[in-house]
Amino acid sequence: MNIVVCVKYVPDAQSDRTFNDSDNTTDRVGVDGLLSELDEYAVEEALKIVEAGEGEVTVLTVGPDQAADALKKALQMGAHQAVHVNDAAIHGSDSVATSLVLAEAVKKIGTPDLVMTGMASTDGTMSVVPAMLAERLGLPQVTFASELTVDGSTVTIRRDGDAASETIVASLPALVSVTDQINEPRYPSFKGIMAAKKKPVQTWSLADLGVDPSQVGLDAAWTKVESFTKRPPREQGQIVTDEGDGGAKLAEFLSAQKFV
Amino acid sequence: MAEVLVLVDHANGTVRKTTAELLTIARRLGEPSAVFVGEGFEAAKEALAKYGAEKVYRVESADVTDHLVAPQAEVLAQLVASASPAAVLIPSNSAGKEIAARLAIKTESGLITDAVDVQAGEGGGVKTVQSVFAGSYSVTSTVTKGTPIVTVKPNSAAPEEAAGAAADEVVEVSISDAAKAAKITESKPKEATGRPELTEAAIVVSGGRGTGGDFSKVEEFADSLGAAVGASRAAVDAGWYPHTSQVGQTGKQVSPQLYVACGISGAIQHRAGMQTSKTIVAVNKDEEAPIFELVDFGVVGDLFTVLPQATEKVQAAKG
Ligand SMILES: Cc1cc2nc3c(=O)[nH]c(=O)nc-3n(C[C@H](O)[C@H](O)[C@H](O)COP(=O)(O)OP(=O)(O)OC[C@H]3O[C@@H](n4cnc5c(N)ncnc54)[C@H](O)[C@@H]3O)c2cc1C
Ligand SMILES: Nc1ncnc2c1ncn2[C@@H]1O[C@H](COP(=O)(O)O)[C@@H](O)[C@H]1O
Repeated sequence: MNIVVCVKYVPDAQSDRTFNDSDNTTDRVGVDGLLSELDEYAVEEALKIVEAGEGEVTVLTVGPDQAADALKKALQMGAHQAVHVNDAAIHGSDSVATSLVLAEAVKKIGTPDLVMTGMASTDGTMSVVPAMLAERLGLPQVTFASELTVDGSTVTIRRDGDAASETIVASLPALVSVTDQINEPRYPSFKGIMAAKKKPVQTWSLADLGVDPSQVGLDAAWTKVESFTKRPPREQGQIVTDEGDGGAKLAEFLSAQKFV
Repeated sequence: MAEVLVLVDHANGTVRKTTAELLTIARRLGEPSAVFVGEGFEAAKEALAKYGAEKVYRVESADVTDHLVAPQAEVLAQLVASASPAAVLIPSNSAGKEIAARLAIKTESGLITDAVDVQAGEGGGVKTVQSVFAGSYSVTSTVTKGTPIVTVKPNSAAPEEAAGAAADEVVEVSISDAAKAAKITESKPKEATGRPELTEAAIVVSGGRGTGGDFSKVEEFADSLGAAVGASRAAVDAGWYPHTSQVGQTGKQVSPQLYVACGISGAIQHRAGMQTSKTIVAVNKDEEAPIFELVDFGVVGDLFTVLPQATEKVQAAKG
């Protein structure tokens, strides 16, 4: 079973995330970044599948130089090899363009049995790239898996819908996105960290993928950010310490605000 | 006037509030045409007419309903081609976003997800507002290519009634084999709680690790306010509350009029799901808890004494 896991390099959620003033794109350079935590679940699940059988896990990222850090972490966890698509023209790409580049890279890697992704990126939480990628690759899409099993020719997942808990079956090859309910991602071991240094990392440009630079980047986006405004910080609210009347004060506040 | 397609969110014909909101928004952009997939149209018709749907495209084929999102994206793509709508509005839940994503690729159209406001653009098209980075920025965008496809969050507009004809038109669809490749083989309905839907509720009361696993005081307070009950991930991971009630980055994003966090510290991932609530209240033992940075009103105290007293007072006030 060969698996490609798409992993994203994202600004650290603990740091102040911001926009580039010059072109209204997310600032991925000025702040510390890391492998999106939600993609660790996909890496972990892929490793478990391969460890229970055979095959290789390839991690794939589309991003700037620093995105190599995301790949490194995944390799340290145990992925076998990595592909980094890095091209200046990609800067400012939206999910439409990102999914195009990912799709072409997956094809060049060679169609795997499974393409796996996280449930959402922690910086955008759009949750659209997996569906777009499935659409572009013509693969069955089984998303938001909280349990997953594969046998020779099918993948079965369970997911927690709002109205129902659903079981979904698709034939392989397929695209699967996983939630943070599916497993507990491992920490890289010392051995894993050492081994990662010798693992192959390929860097591809758009030309390597046959993608025309005019199809990606800010200018190719099908939507345009007109403006962004920082929310004024919330005004300091009223805080009371319970001295036997905290509940009553809370009820008074709610009545005054017409919630009761 | 151009049509505006609205994908109807319903359970066996019971139309959700988000659909009324989307139809209201659609009227700002053109003439609303609802797209109704599944069974129960007769039950839904009245609600769709009430909020101004002039037309309803009906799709009942099992090819669509037994599969995940791909066939619905094909249906909408067919309608975009035949009706040339001014925009397509889709509820911003996980299935809705995936349908929208696939539709955007199929029709080579710009996609905006999680909009909290949609207005007609100055030179036509749409102008949307999104709230990003855990609610710390608000972003105004336009669609520059194809048919604007927008997924809209619940509570983004106050539903306004306007009579529509809701003339139904059965749509014959031909769904590709590829779109049918993922099949729902089993579906276990969730137990009904009798409380409002988390993402649609006007008031949400959530409990966290501070409940120690006993949600009864949180639930009683919620019921006194007619609120939905939410939970932090710590409470969900401990098995105290179902995952579908989780509020936060990897749970539901809620934006109610009032959010009450009980025994929740206010981690960034939790904030990502509730920070855009209009009024925020917290009850927490620890005065240093980061949740207090967000609140309009906070009580430093034990939720097991504060909540029952508040419940009693609220009930008394209601008479
Ligand atoms: C990738 C990722 C995704 C995540 N997604 C989410 C998400 O979607 N939603 C989410 O909530 N979290 C999420 N988290 C987890 C998040 O980081 C926090 O761990 C979690 O929100 C903590 O939950 P809590 O506030 O209930 O618990 P704690 O942080 O332990 O806080 C408990 C609070 O209860 C108070 N308390 C204790 N006893 C009482 C009492 N008797 N009365 C009053 N107050 C009391 C304490 O003072 C404390 O402030 C995510 C984390 C990661 C890494
Ligand atoms: N630039 C990228 N490189 C690799 N994978 C990505 C990239 N962007 C998104 N993904 C994958 O798509 C998932 C969902 O992303 P999103 O639609 O942006 O929320 C992530 O969890 C990743 O697995």
